Amino acid sequence: MAVPFLAAILLAMRLDRGPIRALADASHPGFVLRDETRAAGITFLHRRPTFDPKIANVEPHVAALGAGVSVADFDGDGWPDLYFTNSRFGAPNALYHNKHDGTFEDVAATAGLADLNRPGEGVSMGSVWGDFDNDGREDLLVYRYGYLALYRNVDGTHFQDVTEAAGLRRWVNSNGAIWLDYDRDGLLDLYVTAYFRDNVDLWHLTTTRIMHNSFEFATNGGKNVLFHNLGGGKFEDVTNRMGVGGNRWTLAAASADFNGDGWPDMYVANDYGPEELYLNDHGKRFALTTAGLESESKSGMSVALGDAFNRGRLDAFITNISERGYLFQNNNLRLNQMADAHRFRNVAEGAIADAGWAWGAQFGDLNNDGANELFVANGFISGDRGKSYWYAMSKIAGANGQLFEDASSWPAFGNASLSGYERSRVYVNRGVAGWIDVAQTVGALDEYDGRAVALADLSNRGALDVVVANQNQPALLYRDYPDSSNHWIAFTLVGTRSNRSAIGAEVVLEAGDLTQRRVIDGGSGFASQNDRRPHFGLGHHEWVDRVTIHWPSGLTQYLERPAINQFVTVTEPRR
Amino acid sequence: MTDATPLAPTSRPLVTQLWARTSRIDPRYLIAFLITLVLVAGQFRYHILGGYDRLALALGACMATEALLSWFDRGKIVNLQSAYISGISLTLLTKPQGGALWPFALGGFLAISSKYVLRYRDNHLWNPTNFAITALLLVAPDRVSVLSHQFGNDVLTNLVIWTFGLIIAARVGVLHITLTYALSFLILGVVRASALGLPVLPEIAPITGPMYQLFVFFMITDPRTVVRGRRKQMLIAVLIAVMEALIRVAADLGMPLPTAFTAGPAFLALATVGPVAKWIDLRLGGAKRTTSANGIDLATA
Repeated sequence: MAVPFLAAILLAMRLDRGPIRALADASHPGFVLRDETRAAGITFLHRRPTFDPKIANVEPHVAALGAGVSVADFDGDGWPDLYFTNSRFGAPNALYHNKHDGTFEDVAATAGLADLNRPGEGVSMGSVWGDFDNDGREDLLVYRYGYLALYRNVDGTHFQDVTEAAGLRRWVNSNGAIWLDYDRDGLLDLYVTAYFRDNVDLWHLTTTRIMHNSFEFATNGGKNVLFHNLGGGKFEDVTNRMGVGGNRWTLAAASADFNGDGWPDMYVANDYGPEELYLNDHGKRFALTTAGLESESKSGMSVALGDAFNRGRLDAFITNISERGYLFQNNNLRLNQMADAHRFRNVAEGAIADAGWAWGAQFGDLNNDGANELFVANGFISGDRGKSYWYAMSKIAGANGQLFEDASSWPAFGNASLSGYERSRVYVNRGVAGWIDVAQTVGALDEYDGRAVALADLSNRGALDVVVANQNQPALLYRDYPDSSNHWIAFTLVGTRSNRSAIGAEVVLEAGDLTQRRVIDGGSGFASQNDRRPHFGLGHHEWVDRVTIHWPSGLTQYLERPAINQFVTVTEPRR
Repeated sequence: MTDATPLAPTSRPLVTQLWARTSRIDPRYLIAFLITLVLVAGQFRYHILGGYDRLALALGACMATEALLSWFDRGKIVNLQSAYISGISLTLLTKPQGGALWPFALGGFLAISSKYVLRYRDNHLWNPTNFAITALLLVAPDRVSVLSHQFGNDVLTNLVIWTFGLIIAARVGVLHITLTYALSFLILGVVRASALGLPVLPEIAPITGPMYQLFVFFMITDPRTVVRGRRKQMLIAVLIAVMEALIRVAADLGMPLPTAFTAGPAFLALATVGPVAKWIDLRLGGAKRTTSANGIDLATA
């Protein structure tokens, strides 16, 4: 009996080292990522906030968010620009104008978008672009631990604070917001997610009972808010009427028509709680549905939407926490089966399930082979490499919620690390072999505390570059160099009956046996927004058979055999 | 403890009657009932399993191993309740990386086979689940964790499980072990916090968690692996708490320890102190199978 017993122990030791045989070859991913941050002139350095000394013992934890990045062509020159958020009083946000030669220039100060981190107003946690007044210029919503801030794009170079006039001056301790046109009236509405309660001013605390009351099913977070765009630059709070005011600790949301009924739904990732799917009932109300998401409660950090297996459906990737020996929550890759089975099915296993303490993630065809890759930023707090807070965390993680709801009860954090110095992951889908991590091979070698990830074709050359906002650390630009033998096509959509930004439009491409779907991004991942021009890798397909565009207005438009290896501008038919 | 003699139903309060009736129930059923209660309550309210395939695999591995090895060892298949309890404990405690299922199969096999391989004078030394969890944490820390689901950090769920747990521990005759360990943990937690300048509440908080519920009701009280004699059992419970406190002090001071020690200090404490105590007990007292208060050769968790 001793022989099989010992063999079992040896087998466990061997399995601990990973798969016995590599399931797929990671050596030829078909693209390279090069860190060209410095060459591009991007010098943005995120600074984390400081808070009321009453929570000094746990401040590194509370102040561990705020590095966000969003992409938009704010000056309408056809080249995507970047906006980074900072999170310390006095530290400026940055608006990097694309100079068309691979470099960028920070114009936030002249644009009026730099000085957003001020006492009494709050500190920035992220931003999202959308043309809320349909004037053809991209406007900017900055969400903060503090007051929301809406900036109208006046002339493509200057921005005007219209928060008060829009009816949006609301204190929300927010880590996320998305634009969507939930009632399909052609005006962008706004969903703002909340983390800490809205009566918490982190610089002037009246109580230290501000933390979550459960590590799994916390319901004492801030209330998410849905604002309906009334037109004329005004918004109305319709949260209760629409049934979307959850009090979980929401970190991210994304919107798409998951069930194919023509109305945009919302997928929400909650920290300390299960994910939530709000199905849109013809713009009259959202219904919170289970859809298989309730079976596991984790720490949802990010919602990335993408057609994971070229089924012509939008699946969801939600990041979570994994730490050796302590906690394997595992990331979720939820296959969208809403149209037939009314549920999402989690198929994450192996490498894709464990990226460490994962944050922002985005789908994108980095090698233009016709299938999506997945970039995941990781790492929570990089402090002293020799000190880990995990043991201290484990003491209170199993305790009653009444204890750790009080921040003063938490063990002192000091300069400890908590899943720090973790590297980014880049997953390539190898079909039956699953998703394999090729980060080392392609050159994504950083160990920053990654937060927001945005994908954008920054040089209009048919390659999705990767921009990462790192917490309390420098931002990164990875230039993507895909295999040149692969073809591609991308689209610039202009809404007419729909919102001008075309946010929420879904594009389905068919090329031979290849089918892919993309949604125009009104905010996704964590504290981020991608280039809104949908990019499709085609592999060796020499032509595209058909492109179907489902506009938010309800109109369906078809394009036959569009030219490839270029951007195609499509304007929504007016009738 | 002796069996109560039933009286006329009308002459005694209902609670007393029920208590008396439980004395006629095989303690193994009570323990099995408690672990099933934890499983059902946790799954119904908090979806703690993370997949029924895990439960099926762990239960299957434990029961198949028990059946096979008992037949091989004794020429008959023994009662499988022990394997049932081990399988459920293992399922609740094991949280694998990336949805891997092998820790449940291997863990189940290791748990049960340890009873047949690691023996002294016809007794096994380790609580089976404790052995499996500790072994997996030590040899496969990159793939296995034990701290994932917390039963919602909910006081009501905690109260239900503690209430049933204490009642059943009393009926099975191991309440003194549970209480001695819990009291020792609390006292040592306060002492440790005072000595190291740490806040007290986080140091004593872990005992309210589900991991400790499984530990105090199913592992440390395992009748087959505890020493004989009430006082000795209480002494060993204290020593386990002391060992755990030492591990925690080392972790608090930032000493380099394998992750298994900081992730599951109670499991490591029991896995080191328990078998030594049992071995000494057997060596000094000869081989004698441990029985419960009402004389039944007890199953183990």
